[in-house]
Amino acid sequence: MAPLGQTNRRNGWKLMKNKSLVVLAITALSLMLVGCPPKEGGAAGKNTGVSGSEIPVGEYGSMTGLQATFGQSTHNGILMAADEINSAGGIKGKKIKVISEDDQSKQEEAANTVTKLISENNVVAVIGEVASSNSLAAAPICQSNKVPMISPSSTNPEVTKKGDYIFRMCYIDPYQGKALADFAINDLKVKRAAILRDVKSDYSMGLSQFFKDEFIRLGGKIVGDQSYSNGDSDFKAQLTTIKQTSPEIIFCGGYYNDVGQIAIQLRDLGMQQPLVGGDGWESPKLFEIGGKALDGCFYSNHYHSDDPAPQVRSFVDKYKERYGAKPDALAALGYDSMKVLADAMSRAPKLDTKDIRDAIAATKGYVAVTGVINMGADRNPIDKKLVVLEIRNNTTTLRATVDPAKNAAGAPAAAGAATTPATGTSTATAAPAKTK
Amino acid sequence: MQTFLQNLLNGIASGSIYALIALGYTMVYGILKLINFAHGDVFMLGSFMGYYGARMYASVTHQPGAPAPSWAMAGIILVFAMLVCGTFGYLNERIAYRPLRSAPRIASLITAIGVSFFLEFGGQFVFGPDPKFFPTLIEKHRLNFFGIVTTSYQVIVLVVALIFMVMLQYIIYGTKFGRAMRAVSFNFETASLMGIPTDRIISTTFIIGSVLAAVAGILFGLAYPKIDPLMGIMPGLKAFVAAVLGGIGNVPGAMVGGLLIGVVEAFVAGSSFSTYRDAIAFVILILILLFRPSGLFGKAQAEKV
Repeated sequence: MAPLGQTNRRNGWKLMKNKSLVVLAITALSLMLVGCPPKEGGAAGKNTGVSGSEIPVGEYGSMTGLQATFGQSTHNGILMAADEINSAGGIKGKKIKVISEDDQSKQEEAANTVTKLISENNVVAVIGEVASSNSLAAAPICQSNKVPMISPSSTNPEVTKKGDYIFRMCYIDPYQGKALADFAINDLKVKRAAILRDVKSDYSMGLSQFFKDEFIRLGGKIVGDQSYSNGDSDFKAQLTTIKQTSPEIIFCGGYYNDVGQIAIQLRDLGMQQPLVGGDGWESPKLFEIGGKALDGCFYSNHYHSDDPAPQVRSFVDKYKERYGAKPDALAALGYDSMKVLADAMSRAPKLDTKDIRDAIAATKGYVAVTGVINMGADRNPIDKKLVVLEIRNNTTTLRATVDPAKNAAGAPAAAGAATTPATGTSTATAAPAKTK
Repeated sequence: MQTFLQNLLNGIASGSIYALIALGYTMVYGILKLINFAHGDVFMLGSFMGYYGARMYASVTHQPGAPAPSWAMAGIILVFAMLVCGTFGYLNERIAYRPLRSAPRIASLITAIGVSFFLEFGGQFVFGPDPKFFPTLIEKHRLNFFGIVTTSYQVIVLVVALIFMVMLQYIIYGTKFGRAMRAVSFNFETASLMGIPTDRIISTTFIIGSVLAAVAGILFGLAYPKIDPLMGIMPGLKAFVAAVLGGIGNVPGAMVGGLLIGVVEAFVAGSSFSTYRDAIAFVILILILLFRPSGLFGKAQAEKV
């Protein structure tokens, strides 16, 4: 083997000689472009673009692309919150200025836009993204620049593990997957499930796995596990395979843009099983594409817009007045993220990234639209509420609610625990509320 | 066995759409030696013309909301999309490719990529970036043949695709125009010396290719009613692979290539390797380029220097 290695090395050297300069130049260039090394950080936090009258806050999201309604809804929620804060006098006498960037629902664009927000716009904090894969692409950049990032609705547990500057406003997938498995076994009373997952999405892969583990633990059987890629249009082959295994439900923890098509093709193949999915289904576009085929399917969500709680009612009314449409959960979480960030900024001693980070981490008992926000040690909110919605005639009705905070009320030890919240009991509501 | 036949059927239905797109690639390549990378996006344009055509039809016939499905409407919308895409194909050649015909081939290729981006991002700007629901042009019926389930849509896709392929075959081998096309493909300069209006032949080739892409776009919208401005990228690339598989420049080859890719994909997606569905088309491309670069039906030919 030695002569072979030597030949290789000799060739390698020759190559190096000829191209070393080019390689060096390219490496240097790409470091400059991609790296965006942290500026003089230290304990005081980095210099930011806070001026006498304005606080720049960055937002990156999927305004266009495959999951466009995710970014658009979140954007609406953030802008509404920012305007409310500004018209109420702003923070420490300064107005919030939201700088929005579109990442086209792509990971590489998420990384680019966040780099731009931090290095060019000198934002004090970043809000985004919805899709976990995009948040995972941007989080390391925020972390290395020590700029706090709040993901409104990325549920993959890995997102906030990227560092101590990364937060989220929603529950996480181990909790969501468990709640859905619990719902399937104890509420739908099914024993056989098939899984159809989106291999291109960290969210779908994670959620499907957590569902699978819990479903098996509760005595269910996973009879099929197929995959597709986000944006595919033909799912018949996978569904044909799943059909042979005769499951009682099909778990499809993907995004709304695929779920509609999957439902149609499922019915085309003569299969009547309900699809069960997660919060990735939440979009007005879901019904536009899936229509009748989605009748009798279920998905979990962060809130239900018919919730009688006063903070939900006032949010829904204001949103309807401003945008002429019912807010989906992503709008609510975008709104909450901005509000929680503003609350943290008003508590922070100085408007630098370090103090803002510490203030977000210290958020306790903030009453938001999607529930009370108590930030845990792992920077995930503790004990958030989860609802399971049933689809019928292009509308959703509340089918079950999981509220760990209520269960934990009698057991104070659970509060403040940084671990995954335990799945609370699902309570089937007798009188489901109607929504459009 | 039942699963096998079901997958075969699904594969043929999606494969016939690939085949229709592949025809456009292979015709343009046959004549100009240009890989028209914008072709997949013309397919997208066809789908969107179907979407907007149906809305116009609904407003002309005073049907609020979604128009009632009918064969007449489907026909009118198909013709409308064919007209728009045909016009686009003509303008595309006239404005983007003709000025570069004497330039090195790489210039045309890069222009094709530019036109492709123009359509993708122009489409996002004009149509909006979010997915749209393609209207129901014809009633859908579920058909059941001894346990193999299909819809009337899959049958329509297959039949319409076959009709257009046969028509194309007739145009190329049965008409004077087709003979002129083959002459231009064989030798551009000699054909023009023999009095063949090469510019007009090339324009018409682009129009025919774009019209076929429009048909594919409408059929796709019918079978998979979710359309977005970037929907042309993947089918476009796979149709390109299909054209190479059949032997680029070879019309029957493009048809067979398209159907093969569709069927192979259906079997891969139905197996436990469903993750590799998209990869398989490109694995096929690499294998073909390694072992039979001229494709299944292509003749190996020496490069003219």
